[in-house]
Amino acid sequence: MVKKVITGNSAAAYGVKLARVQVVSAYPITPQTTVVEKLADFVANGELNARFVNVESEHSALAALISASLGGARTFTATSAHGLALMHEMMHWAAGARTPVVMVNVNRAMGPPWNIWAEMTDSIAQRDTGWIQFYGESNQEVLDTMIQLYRICEDKEVMLPGMICEDAFYLSHTVLPVDIPEQEDVDRFLPPFESAYKLDFDNPVSIGSLSMPHQWYMELRYKIAESMENARKKIVEVDREFGKIFGRSYSGLVENYRGDDADLLLICAGTMASTAKDVVDEMRNEGVKAGLLRLRVFRPFPNAEIVNLVQNAKVIGVADRSISFGNQGPFFTEIKGALYGKIPTKLLKNYIVGIGGRDVTTNTLKSIFRNMASIKDHGLDEEVTWVDLKR
Amino acid sequence: MAKPTIPTEEYMLSGHMACLGCGAPLAMRYLLKALGKRTVVSIPACCWAVIPGVFPYTNLKVPLVYTAFEVTGASISGLRAAIDARGIKDVNVVGFAGDGGTADIGIQALSGAVERGENIIYMCYDNEAYMNTGIQRSSLTPFGAWTTTTPVGKTKFWQKTQKKNMVEIMVAHRIPYAATVSVAYPEDFINKVRKAAGIPGPKYIHAFAPCPTGWRMPPEKTIEIARLATDSCVFPIYEVEYGKYKITRKVVNKKPVADYLKMQGRFSHLGEEEMKQIQEYVDREWELLLKKEEFTKEW
Ligand SMILES: Cc1ncc(C[n+]2csc(CCOP(=O)(O)OP(=O)(O)O)c2C)c(N)n1
Ligand code: SF4
Repeated sequence: MVKKVITGNSAAAYGVKLARVQVVSAYPITPQTTVVEKLADFVANGELNARFVNVESEHSALAALISASLGGARTFTATSAHGLALMHEMMHWAAGARTPVVMVNVNRAMGPPWNIWAEMTDSIAQRDTGWIQFYGESNQEVLDTMIQLYRICEDKEVMLPGMICEDAFYLSHTVLPVDIPEQEDVDRFLPPFESAYKLDFDNPVSIGSLSMPHQWYMELRYKIAESMENARKKIVEVDREFGKIFGRSYSGLVENYRGDDADLLLICAGTMASTAKDVVDEMRNEGVKAGLLRLRVFRPFPNAEIVNLVQNAKVIGVADRSISFGNQGPFFTEIKGALYGKIPTKLLKNYIVGIGGRDVTTNTLKSIFRNMASIKDHGLDEEVTWVDLKR
Repeated sequence: MAKPTIPTEEYMLSGHMACLGCGAPLAMRYLLKALGKRTVVSIPACCWAVIPGVFPYTNLKVPLVYTAFEVTGASISGLRAAIDARGIKDVNVVGFAGDGGTADIGIQALSGAVERGENIIYMCYDNEAYMNTGIQRSSLTPFGAWTTTTPVGKTKFWQKTQKKNMVEIMVAHRIPYAATVSVAYPEDFINKVRKAAGIPGPKYIHAFAPCPTGWRMPPEKTIEIARLATDSCVFPIYEVEYGKYKITRKVVNKKPVADYLKMQGRFSHLGEEEMKQIQEYVDREWELLLKKEEFTKEW
């Protein structure tokens, strides 16, 4: 095993290479560019035997990969923010056509004003397209999840596209030591892609034809919903099996960090979770029973896991690095939905943080825990607070 | 017995869902007769997304991958990439799209595919409007035509621009092969598709395919009108191979454009003045084409 000090984007590119992706297609956008640049280098140097389709837009990138996947190839793309938004139509198409395309999305804010820094609104806006969504915390996790994703997405009981999200710059451009797995171990873990449909010229089929209301459209959509449910189990199984071979796993859909006996339980995703872990340790040293749940997977949503893990908490705080205008933070509303009727009412608070890449520092997170402590003693102040907002 | 001039094998079956007299199924039928079994077709939103039938039925005897309206060029690029990656040989990868999917919303993906030199055949079946959504104008709707978004009204709101020249746009990409064909001339149609299949890189074929429903004409007149389009030089039949022009159907006694226009309800509001204007435009374009052929004769 080789250890390299590399960025999250570079780790993603190694993931693609180790997964022996056959067709890559992407369009440049900051901060995703270094993923495809690295891949172009791999291809140019003959280290990765993939077709590199240098398309003229993200929309075309995904369209090309959907057809390439239907043609039986393992596929990859990477994008961010405006690129992902431009793909939106094809995001639905990828799931509808049951193509296990895998993507890295670098979570970046949407303009205007132009802003290239971390925010999760871009991928959360793709929530209902039928993509499996992972949110990475470390460069190692990005690489490992890439390999896991191909296994999950290509599973016959799943056959759906999937993405791993990296916080812009915090993850995409920050170097960390990463273990690069051995190719033969990855090959053992991840067999070649066996598409359900092959281009069979003797028994030709049409893929994606018209279906009327009284025919099969609804049933085909039900199948996608069913496959998303199957993905829950697969994510956990694949993560466990990965752990056996590579010695690392990520606790499936939700990571529990000192949460079991926590009075103040914060739930968040992405890189702020690693800062939050430090803060939890500090709070614990001060005698405060703080804990953290990190959402590793947003689709399928870990409803049951969350219900299970919040049982003992007195106050649950949810930090969203995005906002659904006209409602609350998207994680928050989903978590509320997950808890409804499953546990006695808890004190629940939403913190909107880090919008447009504003730093979520240890101080930011401490102020959140302090607010949660005050809620524990005095009750809820307000349901949603924008943290570190200039007024 | 005389040898048939077009292959007898059928890769497009009957029982399709096109309107009576539609030219579009003929285009697919001849295309596949020319290319044969080892062909994969990608079709975006357009009448041809409906014509093959509803899931799980199909009227094609080749694999068919549907795609979104604006991405035929990208879809066939991806198919080719997968086929190459899997080491599969001797497969024709074909995009088959309407004029809207080609000249308007899909022109970006098509331009990208051609610029990248993808080994594909792209066929536009041109019925001169968005027919699938109910006869709205496209940039290939000819001057003077009525459509539901260029209604005549009280202000002569009909189409005010001339057709975009897709073949010229492709030639400007320095495409190895571009051609026009018409459903009225199957032998020429099939010859050109076969020729295209033998040329590496991107190939673009523009097929004239009358739409009785949208053109407001009797369904039994499809072939007659298509012939008249060529004989009046409204739709010349030619090819451009590595920049060299060749008119493959020489028109000797040009028929008046008015004869062509008068057969179709979509032009019924036009007066002498507009007809004259269209005739002048057609004459000039034809002359230009003759000159291009002359100019590139020695290439
Ligand atoms: C992004 C998008 N916009 C609009 C449509 C609706 N739409 C479907 S087919 C079509 C027109 C197709 O016209 P053309 O390409 O000329 O083919 P035709 O139907 O005439 O054969 C339109 C506008 C769509 N499917 N997707
Ligand atoms: S509307 Fe026109 S192009 Fe479409 S199927 Fe009918 S005749 Fe053919």
